[in-house]
Amino acid sequence: MTEDIASLSDDRIAYLEGLVRRGRTAAAVFTQFSQQDVDRIVKAIVLAGLDQAQYLARLAIEETRLGVLEDKAIKNMVATEFVYNYIKDKPSVGVIREFPERGLVEVAEPIGLIFSLTPITNPTSTVLFKCIMAIKTRNAVIFAPHPKAWHCCQQAIRIMYETAVRHGAPEGVFTCLESPTIPDNNYLMRHKEVKLIDATGGPGAVKAAYSSGKPALGVGPGNTPVYLEKTAHLDMAVVDIITSKTFDNGTICASEQTVVIDDEIYPLAIQKFADLGAHICSQKETEILGRMVIDPDTGFMRPMAVGQKATDIARVCGLRVKPDTKLLVAPIQGVGREHPLSVEKLFPVLSVYRAKSVDEALRVCVDVNHAGGLGHTAVIFSRNDEIIRMFSEAINAGRIIVNSPGSIGALGGVYNDMVPTFSFGCGTGGGNSTTDNVSLYHYLNIKRVARRTQAHMWFRVPNQIYFNMNAVENLRHFPSQSTLIVTNPLLEQMGHVDIVRRFIPAQTPVRVLAIPDAEPEVKVVMQGVEALNLHKADQIIALGGGSVIDAAKIMKLKYVSPEADLEELAAPFLDIRKRVVQFPAQSNNQVRLIAISTTSGTGSEVTPFAVLLDKERGRKVTLADYSLSPDVAIVDPQFVMSMPKNLTADTGIDCLTHALEAGVSIHASPYTDSNAMQAIRMAFKFLPIAYQNPRDEEARSMMHNAACIAALAFSNASVGVNHALAHAFGARFGVGHGRANALMLPHVIAYNASVPTKFMPSPNQRGYIAHKKYAMMADLLGLAGDTVAEKVKSLVSATEQLLDRLEIPRSIADLGISKEEFERAMPDLAKVAFDDPSWRSNPRMPLVSELVELFWQAYRGRSPANLASVSGQATAKEWSHV
Amino acid sequence: MTTHADWIQLDPERVLHGLQQEAVDKVNSAQGEVILDFSSVLRIDSNVVQAMEQLAGLAEQRSVKVVLRAVNVDIYKVLKLLKLTQRFSFLT
Repeated sequence: MTEDIASLSDDRIAYLEGLVRRGRTAAAVFTQFSQQDVDRIVKAIVLAGLDQAQYLARLAIEETRLGVLEDKAIKNMVATEFVYNYIKDKPSVGVIREFPERGLVEVAEPIGLIFSLTPITNPTSTVLFKCIMAIKTRNAVIFAPHPKAWHCCQQAIRIMYETAVRHGAPEGVFTCLESPTIPDNNYLMRHKEVKLIDATGGPGAVKAAYSSGKPALGVGPGNTPVYLEKTAHLDMAVVDIITSKTFDNGTICASEQTVVIDDEIYPLAIQKFADLGAHICSQKETEILGRMVIDPDTGFMRPMAVGQKATDIARVCGLRVKPDTKLLVAPIQGVGREHPLSVEKLFPVLSVYRAKSVDEALRVCVDVNHAGGLGHTAVIFSRNDEIIRMFSEAINAGRIIVNSPGSIGALGGVYNDMVPTFSFGCGTGGGNSTTDNVSLYHYLNIKRVARRTQAHMWFRVPNQIYFNMNAVENLRHFPSQSTLIVTNPLLEQMGHVDIVRRFIPAQTPVRVLAIPDAEPEVKVVMQGVEALNLHKADQIIALGGGSVIDAAKIMKLKYVSPEADLEELAAPFLDIRKRVVQFPAQSNNQVRLIAISTTSGTGSEVTPFAVLLDKERGRKVTLADYSLSPDVAIVDPQFVMSMPKNLTADTGIDCLTHALEAGVSIHASPYTDSNAMQAIRMAFKFLPIAYQNPRDEEARSMMHNAACIAALAFSNASVGVNHALAHAFGARFGVGHGRANALMLPHVIAYNASVPTKFMPSPNQRGYIAHKKYAMMADLLGLAGDTVAEKVKSLVSATEQLLDRLEIPRSIADLGISKEEFERAMPDLAKVAFDDPSWRSNPRMPLVSELVELFWQAYRGRSPANLASVSGQATAKEWSHV
Repeated sequence: MTTHADWIQLDPERVLHGLQQEAVDKVNSAQGEVILDFSSVLRIDSNVVQAMEQLAGLAEQRSVKVVLRAVNVDIYKVLKLLKLTQRFSFLT
């Protein structure tokens, strides 16, 4: 290509540069035009094209000696009238489409200067079509017509140009390359001011376009297979095929090339072709025809035959045919080089193949499709929808025309509702970038204006929560045919199960399943499912801490949906609404799960989470889905009055962590905030009292409620990086969840309150607000501070003081873990913490290095937080805007 | 050092004339800079573009700064596409 360009003289280059200059100026000026301007000019040039349709057809016939005058005139009319009918009401300037429900708007941007090659077979119609498209989309075009159709194209361009300019189009909007040569084309294809190449023509032109390195629309050859299936309406099919194949003497590249006919109808079909003016070739005539019209060296059709009449071709080949013969039908026995007529023939010679079965017919059609017709067009005549489906799946064609003529059908708008065009995209099969019928949208850069959308949020909680002392009495409102109480042996010994049983309606059969007080294993869950099946239970009462309630949630899941694959359901997800694996749909009233919590921390009685221990693989599996949420929660403090002090402290801090993390989560909402803030207030006030005075009924009650309220918040807003760190550390060193949370907590507050290294994408929040939310919490607690930074500092200090009052170790080192051991564990800790899904709702996206630093801060222990980078700008009133 | 600025208010009906006559005269005689006020001009055509290219060439020859005032974004985009913005200064 470069060598070709080197052959251009300076004068020629100056000429080409002049065309480019005019075109790019016109394109630039055109960008100022409105839709009304454009539509006015389009209508004018369409009318001019229609007016000159016959004149241009005549010019094309005289110059190219291809095709049929009447058909060329029709093509010119289709290229103007039909195309106009399709585009006239379509916006092409400014906003062209709006999707308000998605917050999306599409805005048209012209391409600029287009270099366009037009073919010899459809010369003037292609020019008319491309001029209309260019004006509609405010682009300028340099045309390079096929040299053997230059004069007629130049006239078509002139008519369109003069009309367009007379109606206000920019000067230079269309130009026609004089005496075009391949070096000219190559020069323009590579010119930096040419923004798009639209090459309609032979394989060489299309290949050159795609090789130029420029965006290109390349539309090349076809080889249309036709399946004439036995259920087809035969009279219609034969007429359509003849109409199409003889239209403009077969010059449209979508016209029929090989008709594969079912054995059952073959003789009749052939007879009908003959009756309607086709000459059916003998085997010998087919061989002669193959040698004469197909070049044996290249395997392609000979140019001399293109667009010629059937009688002329027959004469040249020495075949005797009737003077009114429209079409030469040549039976072939296969596809490929040994069957020369199985390739594209842009003249009225049609190959036919007799197929013994549907399978054979489809195979031959695929062979034809692959013999030079990939991505282009295929035709089927059938009334069997299943066979039409099979055909459309088997054939790679941008246009699969059903029960209508291929050539006219592919043009669109006449026999079907496809987009009218004179450029057929052939997809990757044809080396093209599209399979579309090329139209105005291919002449535009379409800009998408995407407005920020707020994700739908939710606040989903069990529909019944009973709380305060003796709330368990409400069990009497839940009739059941068979109830299973899931608990642990200790609670049974403590008499808690008896209390529960007392309030279950007397006639209800009740069984008790006591499971180990540890995170549930699969085998424990399956024991529960077995019991549920055995007793045909319709109600489960989970009495216990998080482990028991989690076990009961999974038992219910497997009981109601035995096919549920726990491993698959535990698949990670980023957004619960878009998760890959869906939980089975459960009917609300199938089996009732009532959760009675005996600790004040996890809030499992209202959460949609359940943790399962996969002992075989030595890991915990977290299931999350709102279908896991208990149907009824009973928050009765009588079951926590005897909780040991350390458990009170650890579970209480777990509750506080839930509330603090939900409060600053990127999924926080006013609904979750109200719960989180209330839980924080209650935990700060009542946790130390419950710890110091375990029999203080009010403190116990308040902490029990706080745990549930915090859980309502984090069930909907999720948690954050504190939990990610605690999960990793707790699992590695066997430290309880609440205590592990406590060791991280002050450091995480300070971390989240600082300006993030990386912000977390959060479409529902306006700006970074975590530090302001912490300040809001400090205000709620009545802590000191005038600025946001001071308030955050106060919150950290208050948290540290609370931890001290609960006698929680100040550091990981205080747990007796050596620095060396911790250092060795660090790579794994960081990896596990980073893999933990909890931080994905954290306001600050943690870097691995930051996780490591947080672990080390927790190791070194509580100290005055480093708040140097906390924003000091915000005032005390700022949080009111959060 | 003070510079002298010549100001031309372009008439939207006679933009081409304004550029080819008045602006050329001012550039030829200017000491400092020439300000062309486009505030009334809504659209330019190919001839105006050509005149602006020529004016830019003349100004470069004579080391005169040509400032385009109140150019609307549509016209600015035309100039940008034709790489003419770098040859002028712009004033809001």
